[in-house]
Amino acid sequence: MAEQTTYNDKVVRQFAIMTIVWGIVGMAVGVFIAAQLAWPALNFDIPWLTFSRLRPLHTNAVIFAFGGSALIGTSYYVVQRTCHVRLFSDKLAAFTFWGWQAIIVAAAITLPLGITTSKEYAELEWPIDLAITVVWVAYAIVFFGTIAKRRVKHIYVANWFYGAFILTIALLHVVNSAEVPAGLWKSYSVYPGAIDAMVQWWYGHNAVGFFLTAGFLGMMYYFIPKQAGRPVYSYRLSIVHFWALIFTYMWAGPHHLHYTALPDWASSLGMVFSLILLAPSWGGMINGVMTLSGAWEKLRTDPIIRFLVVSVAFYGMSTFEGPMMSIKTVNALSHYTDWTIGHVHSGALGWNALVTFGSMYFLIPRLFGREIYSLRLVEWHFWMATIGIVLYITSMWVSGIMQGLMWRAVNPDGTLTYSFVESVQAMHPFYVTRFLGGVIFLAGLFVMAFNLWKTVAGARSVEARIPEPATAH
Amino acid sequence: MKEEWVANTFTSDFWSWWIIVLTVAGIVFCFWLIWWTGKGSAPKGETAETMGHVWDENLEELNNPLPRWWLNMFYITLVFGIIYLILYPGLGSWAGVLGWTDTKQYEEEVKAAEAKYGPIFAQYASKDLKTLASDPEAQKIGRRLFLTYCAICHGSDARGAPGFPNLTDDAWLWGGEPENIEKTILDGRQGTMPPMGAAIGGEEGAEQLAHYVRSLSGLKHDAEKAQAGKPKFAVCAGCHGPEGKGNPAVGAPNLTDKDWLYGSSVATIKKTIMQGRHGKMPAHREFLGKDKVHLLAAYVYSLSHKTGTN
Repeated sequence: MAEQTTYNDKVVRQFAIMTIVWGIVGMAVGVFIAAQLAWPALNFDIPWLTFSRLRPLHTNAVIFAFGGSALIGTSYYVVQRTCHVRLFSDKLAAFTFWGWQAIIVAAAITLPLGITTSKEYAELEWPIDLAITVVWVAYAIVFFGTIAKRRVKHIYVANWFYGAFILTIALLHVVNSAEVPAGLWKSYSVYPGAIDAMVQWWYGHNAVGFFLTAGFLGMMYYFIPKQAGRPVYSYRLSIVHFWALIFTYMWAGPHHLHYTALPDWASSLGMVFSLILLAPSWGGMINGVMTLSGAWEKLRTDPIIRFLVVSVAFYGMSTFEGPMMSIKTVNALSHYTDWTIGHVHSGALGWNALVTFGSMYFLIPRLFGREIYSLRLVEWHFWMATIGIVLYITSMWVSGIMQGLMWRAVNPDGTLTYSFVESVQAMHPFYVTRFLGGVIFLAGLFVMAFNLWKTVAGARSVEARIPEPATAH
Repeated sequence: MKEEWVANTFTSDFWSWWIIVLTVAGIVFCFWLIWWTGKGSAPKGETAETMGHVWDENLEELNNPLPRWWLNMFYITLVFGIIYLILYPGLGSWAGVLGWTDTKQYEEEVKAAEAKYGPIFAQYASKDLKTLASDPEAQKIGRRLFLTYCAICHGSDARGAPGFPNLTDDAWLWGGEPENIEKTILDGRQGTMPPMGAAIGGEEGAEQLAHYVRSLSGLKHDAEKAQAGKPKFAVCAGCHGPEGKGNPAVGAPNLTDKDWLYGSSVATIKKTIMQGRHGKMPAHREFLGKDKVHLLAAYVYSLSHKTGTN
């Protein structure tokens, strides 16, 4: 078949464009709810504009719409190029695109209406859960089908991570979303009480571990060596950190439930394995950063490489912070405070968003056969994103640690020094700072959208030919 | 007691062993993995070889050895994990050498706090409530206690909110003497207004009654409806008294004053009559102990009995 001589980049283009679109939508909602926290009147007393409904919309949009489109899109690009074959099925691939977009739209409608399972990062109700399962199985078939018909013997490391991400998310989603429908838009979890909480955070933390970590490491393992023009630093390191990472992440969930009804033994295991997780995580960081050895000057000259490498630095920082926060005594201070929010965003903005931006700057011009419109604007975007992140995470650190300390401060007679509302008042300036950080980060994304728009406007889609695999030597 | 409880979180020994075996095997797996990949490190100075695979024209992999510091960090976390799991609960029903549980930690902290702070409150325990109400030190402590435990419902200014009484005025559902207040805080109160719709003739009766009730405190009302509602008040009189002046023995509010717990609009009064109300002041005897409640009662009393010193 003649068609088999080219890559299917149509579906990659679609996902790449929607990555930018959903990035803007999801982060705009994030900025809006950050403003609501600083100025609560901004909910205008309209139920579907309240923080409680828009917050899950924000998280779903940035994780599953922005992150999901980036992951599925890049995985299709990478798996074809590292297997030297066209996607397993164009029709199924198209189905995953339209199916995933339909799910996102369904989320964007139901969440503001208050339709929710109330499970964090798994809020969507059962009919949408079923749709996710169907689309995800189709995605797995396309991905692994492509791996199966590869023309090179060795499976490239990026595909291990994408593969682990696809398999594990399927498992997590099906187990955590097991629910008994009570009408079309309402269901109840099949798990009782503390078990439900444990299953939820087994899911929740592995959504971080496999959606936001393993999948994005797949991205890193392709786009950093490609953009740097350097070989991956250490094959050996990639093996050890891959297996250690996917094994250890599975245990870490209970650290979300320290000092609760969860049995002590589960809490301890969660903490111990979270600490063990530090080294496997840093293995990925080392492999990403050291891939640049021999090409360090590119950090100065190439803003795209800077996006990619700084994202890995943020990955290293938040995977150090995470294990520290999982220690019970640290968690006693940090839990329920803004520190957690700061931690999540150092990962989400610093790692996930920056590596996605870098990958899209690499990918989108190539998909349309153009050079990037302006490297200067990429440079601008980089600095706006970095300043935005720094404002965001530092304000949340200060606010979070302050909250924790205020809540536990006592007078000489043992009564609380501060009432809760005093801690809320004290947080206000930091909420304003966080909002500003978000605005700057979002503005950077608009710069990116403009730059990419100028890059691809009027361009024709490129049908990339599949090169012959290099012969082993 | 503790061992029993820990063991009880497992329905059988099987599940305890299941956790132990998986955990130990997991840690052993990590050890083996880094030992296996960590051996045969290339001597320093040599450049690493590529693996000889090429993907997508120019994607290659070097095979640099694992950084020593990184391997050591990995080993340290694993060793830390093992030590922690020997000392603390984690391996199934193994309680840990230290015998720590989070419940025990909590109990010890509370005990230590009580030993430290208890005497501060105890020194006021035998003093008369009215005396304490004008003792500036006792008032300071009382205010802090109030902000910690009471403000969440009654507000930091103690002026209450719909359904939560204002503590700064003269209206007292259960009596405003210091002893009444202390009892309210110690043992809590259940203020129940039953739904009366059936007894007073449904919606229409409730409408008439609402106007009559408003007339009792001189609020604007429809005289005709109030007149029609008056005989229906007989069923209310059991608690609120024939003149509607209330009864602190059952917490029935005085309907002739300006104080309205749930609101005084016709619609709100109708809702109160039709659906009833259930006000609940929780008991604090066990939670706070008598000494703290004593100080709190004096503080609350002082709010509506300002003395010169305040």
